[in-house]
Amino acid sequence: MIKRLSSGPYLLWIAMFVLVPILMIFAFSLLGKSPEGGLVFSFSNFSRAFEPIYISVLVRSLKIALEATLICFLMGYPMAMILAKMNPKYRTTAVMLFVVPMWMNFLLRTYSWMTILGKNGVLNGLLSLLGLPQMTFLYSEGAVLLGMVYNFLPFMVLPIYTVLMKMDKSLIEAAEDLGGDKKTVFFKVIFPLSLPGILSGVSMVFMPAVSTFVISNLLYGGQYMLIGNLIEQQYLVVNDWNFGSAVAIILMLLILVTMAIMNRLGGSNAEQRGVNLW
Amino acid sequence: MSDKIIKGLNITKEFSGVPVVKNIDFWVKKNQFLTILGPSGCGKTTTLRMIAGFETPTTGRLFFEGKDITDLPPYMRPINTVFQKYALFPHMNIYENIAFGLRIKKISEKEISNKVAKMLALVNLEGFEKRAVNSLSGGQQQRIAIARALVNEPKVLLLDEPLGALDLKLRKEMQIELKNMQVELGITFVYVTHDQEEALTMSDKIIIMNQGEIQQIGSPIDIYNEPENAFVADFIGESNIFKGTMVRDYLVHFAGRDFVCVDKGFGDNTSIEVVIRPEDVRLVTISEGILEGVVKSVVFKGVHYEMLVTIADSDWMIHSTIMESIGKTVGIHITPDDIHIMHKEG
Amino acid sequence: MVTKILNKFYTVLIFGFLYAPIAVLAVFSFNDSKSTAKWEGFTLDWYQSLFQNSYIMKSLYYTVLVAVIAAIAATIIGTFAAFGIFYMKGWKQRAILNVNSIPILNPDIVTGISLMTLFVALNIELGLLTMIIAHITFCIPYVVLSVLPKFKQMPAEMLEAALDLGATPWVAFKKVIYPEIKPGIITGALIAFTLSIDDFVISFFNTGNGVSNLSIAIYSMARRGIKPEINALSTLMFLTVLILMLILNKRTKIEEI
Repeated sequence: MIKRLSSGPYLLWIAMFVLVPILMIFAFSLLGKSPEGGLVFSFSNFSRAFEPIYISVLVRSLKIALEATLICFLMGYPMAMILAKMNPKYRTTAVMLFVVPMWMNFLLRTYSWMTILGKNGVLNGLLSLLGLPQMTFLYSEGAVLLGMVYNFLPFMVLPIYTVLMKMDKSLIEAAEDLGGDKKTVFFKVIFPLSLPGILSGVSMVFMPAVSTFVISNLLYGGQYMLIGNLIEQQYLVVNDWNFGSAVAIILMLLILVTMAIMNRLGGSNAEQRGVNLW
Repeated sequence: MSDKIIKGLNITKEFSGVPVVKNIDFWVKKNQFLTILGPSGCGKTTTLRMIAGFETPTTGRLFFEGKDITDLPPYMRPINTVFQKYALFPHMNIYENIAFGLRIKKISEKEISNKVAKMLALVNLEGFEKRAVNSLSGGQQQRIAIARALVNEPKVLLLDEPLGALDLKLRKEMQIELKNMQVELGITFVYVTHDQEEALTMSDKIIIMNQGEIQQIGSPIDIYNEPENAFVADFIGESNIFKGTMVRDYLVHFAGRDFVCVDKGFGDNTSIEVVIRPEDVRLVTISEGILEGVVKSVVFKGVHYEMLVTIADSDWMIHSTIMESIGKTVGIHITPDDIHIMHKEG
Repeated sequence: MVTKILNKFYTVLIFGFLYAPIAVLAVFSFNDSKSTAKWEGFTLDWYQSLFQNSYIMKSLYYTVLVAVIAAIAATIIGTFAAFGIFYMKGWKQRAILNVNSIPILNPDIVTGISLMTLFVALNIELGLLTMIIAHITFCIPYVVLSVLPKFKQMPAEMLEAALDLGATPWVAFKKVIYPEIKPGIITGALIAFTLSIDDFVISFFNTGNGVSNLSIAIYSMARRGIKPEINALSTLMFLTVLILMLILNKRTKIEEI
């Protein structure tokens, strides 16, 4: 009996503040403007979302998120390996130092690139010192990509590092014993067994990257539209909450599909992975 | 010289300044079943890992068929290892596990298929090709680990306490299987264990180690019957160890009287230690006995009774199929052959 | 040998990449000019104006206030939830855990706008209360996921044993269950606190009435360009995080011994 009472407040809270809001979003997305001026059940919001201008927003978001994920992976995997192989004396400190930037405020981390890439920023300062002309680094897709990689790189490194650390060392020795040189051992044993970590890392980079609007707002400016920017715009500027909800639903579906793919490729329990990271 | 397939000279291994293997010399002869035996921490596994190439000796050189392999990485040595916890690749099925080494040698797929099938037949696991590693029992995984190593036809097979995780009956079966395999295939086996019974059963030669040093090298019979020091006597089988004095050749004094024995060369009136195996002491009537004592304890061990008999202030351990009750005075009898003399430890 | 040098070089490169922006902010927070391109002298002016900036200070106050309240509330609700969920059977447990993960897996922006929609529909004015509610909402699932495993690691039937020996449910909880799950509760509370301090998107959509948190303050200021006070703020925050991490490191080392 106590056991049921125990989770009562929680169930009420979740119902009220998680389920109901989501249902409301669904409801809003399915309400379109009728010719008479009122709201009526309709798929118009969703069909509108498939117009070329909005498809290009989706494509752009996917593209840059995938690029960011790929770069994080190529940069992050070697770093994870180096950390895992480090002398234990230095390793704890190194990992700690690696984690510290993660704990800095996400906005500060994004803002910091404005000071480097800006018109009056460090890079342009260096260029003028060298007598070279000023360049525009900020307000470009490159800047957004850079901001994403900078913010999410630790999220790719840590899960891979954790998996590599837990790996049974005798498997590597067995592979060497059977004739495998360093390259063979890596590609045939280490890499396949680190897949769960890679998938964790990929989810923890791709999902925030595809839904962000802060990074694009600060490092590109108003005109650059990612899905996140679109939703923000619809809700706070245009005030078309119906269309905004529809786009939000599409984003949620996108995330669900990504997760399904990740689960298929190996290992469920994404949330537990996220918590275990702590 | 030429039949010593592995040789280790002045091998020392230190971890963070702590010596784990202290300046040992050893060799393994071709087609020999050699066991390195000793308690936990004696350095036997470290020695094996140096032969395999997973550790490099701090000082000393290692030779394989006369060639110096001290700095050679594991994947370039014609040696394969059976690991204590099997180390089967969990992301590959049985076929892929066994084929791993063959694939690296770029052997044709058809030949690989043949060799894998032959190996599975050898370890009595035909048909297991497609099975997943974690669907197999411990004993089955052990045999796959052996198959995976042997399929590469190594000149030497290293085994690191491979039977430790198996239950007693299975372990005894595998001991016989492994010994047969070694003889049939004509491969040199270097086996590491802390189980002295296992070593005595399987080996052609045993190296006993303790605290990083070699205590004795010899055949099972030699080591059992002629332990060179108290450690070996105590580690191998049960033994009674008494302090005594070597009066002169063939005569020793202990337990309050003189005994004729078969050892010589210890000098006159030298302090020595006497080793007598429990199963060599016979329980007889008081009149037939050369010593008498009181039974202190009796434990039934299935195969025999293990008794402690107090004789002249010492407790003698005796194995007998006859049971005597506690408190009874009994006679014991030993022959000169049963008395073994060892140099006294420092 | 070559690999070792390459490894060291790569490590320095990556760590340099991670710390360069932070270093830039730190250095120029002492710059006697608004520029982050040229050094024009040392000054502590920006630190002074930071503490005199009422907008930032108020935001800092709200940030900590909301984080503390949300962490406490979420920890209480979440811990008792974990207790109840642990004893649920099969499909019910799985269903609840799936719902529990919705706030974790959902992008922040979706959680943010859905809550905003609810508040507006119920005619609740956006402000401190709605921000607190929103924070509690996204914190609870993490607490549940931190505490629940500790229940699973408990020796079986501990609660039943305590009750059998005569303990009332509350005493059983206090003396038997609580010590076992305490590490999970602390972890959960810390996660909740950290997430709350750092939150931007969800707060952005669910506050109003002049109430903002630190992230929102930084965002609005940053949108208008480089602000040296933010540089000063960033340096202070970095030092705080670093010190906290060092303390944490020392404490775990001592515990390990």
